Amino acid sequence: MSAPVDYITRIRENYARLGYPTYAWVDNREPPRPPAWRPLPKPLSRCRLGLVASGGIYVSGQVAFHWKDDASLRAVPTSVRTEDLRATHFAYDLTDARRDPNVVFPIDTLRRLVAEGVVGELASHAYTFMGGIYSARRVNEELAPRIVERLRAEQVDASLLVPV
Amino acid sequence: MGLIARQLEAAGISTLGMTSALDITRKVNPPRAAFLDYPLGHTTGKPGEPELQRAILVEALRAFGELGEPGSVKMLPFRWSADEAWKRQAFAGGDDRKPRLDTPQYQSDEDRRRAEEAMACRVCEP
Repeated sequence: MSAPVDYITRIRENYARLGYPTYAWVDNREPPRPPAWRPLPKPLSRCRLGLVASGGIYVSGQVAFHWKDDASLRAVPTSVRTEDLRATHFAYDLTDARRDPNVVFPIDTLRRLVAEGVVGELASHAYTFMGGIYSARRVNEELAPRIVERLRAEQVDASLLVPV
Repeated sequence: MGLIARQLEAAGISTLGMTSALDITRKVNPPRAAFLDYPLGHTTGKPGEPELQRAILVEALRAFGELGEPGSVKMLPFRWSADEAWKRQAFAGGDDRKPRLDTPQYQSDEDRRRAEEAMACRVCEP
């Protein structure tokens, strides 16, 4: 396999070419800020699993995301009909996500894994938002605490997180 | 998403973050991640390939049991294409992102109509 794409360098070079100021990426390595660690409390086959995704997924009938630092959340019933899912986002090519939302929101895959007994059960709702929120402060102070609150209320043991 | 993972884990919820941007994930340092070396917009697979999507997720979810140290990343053994030509194109053609409009951006006009109807109903509820 060839080396992974160096997104930070490429985005930095793009911004410089466009005359934008340098974006300050969050850095929890330098100085080191290790993350908390909570092992799975029981086998995955007995866990209630949450799904959180940032690809701009909404259900037809819900208000769509806007493209300027939208830090709002949508609750998507995990029983949703796949054909009612929509995708909107300013920063990635939506062609494949609109053809098959499972590429950024693996709802059919997870329902199948529950049916097969690999995963215990799904929370009643998945939570979606639109990434590309430039302010890490807003993510930390507005968005993340709301997601923590929702997943706690859903009484999940663990959560799968799917960014774009 | 890494910032959200860190808060969830601190709140006692075990997390697994998928990622297709390894350098960004390493910097943000979430508790547990699985790296899929695919173009952005395909974090859990290729469209219309449910068997591949299943294989990717099963392999990724094993990371819950396999990773033992905070900040570890599991490297998933899937490749987008044999030549990996897409890697040269990613962000190479300048900024092709869409304008950052501050009004809802619906996938279709039908979605807009349905959402506006739903909102109107909510307003007229007692």
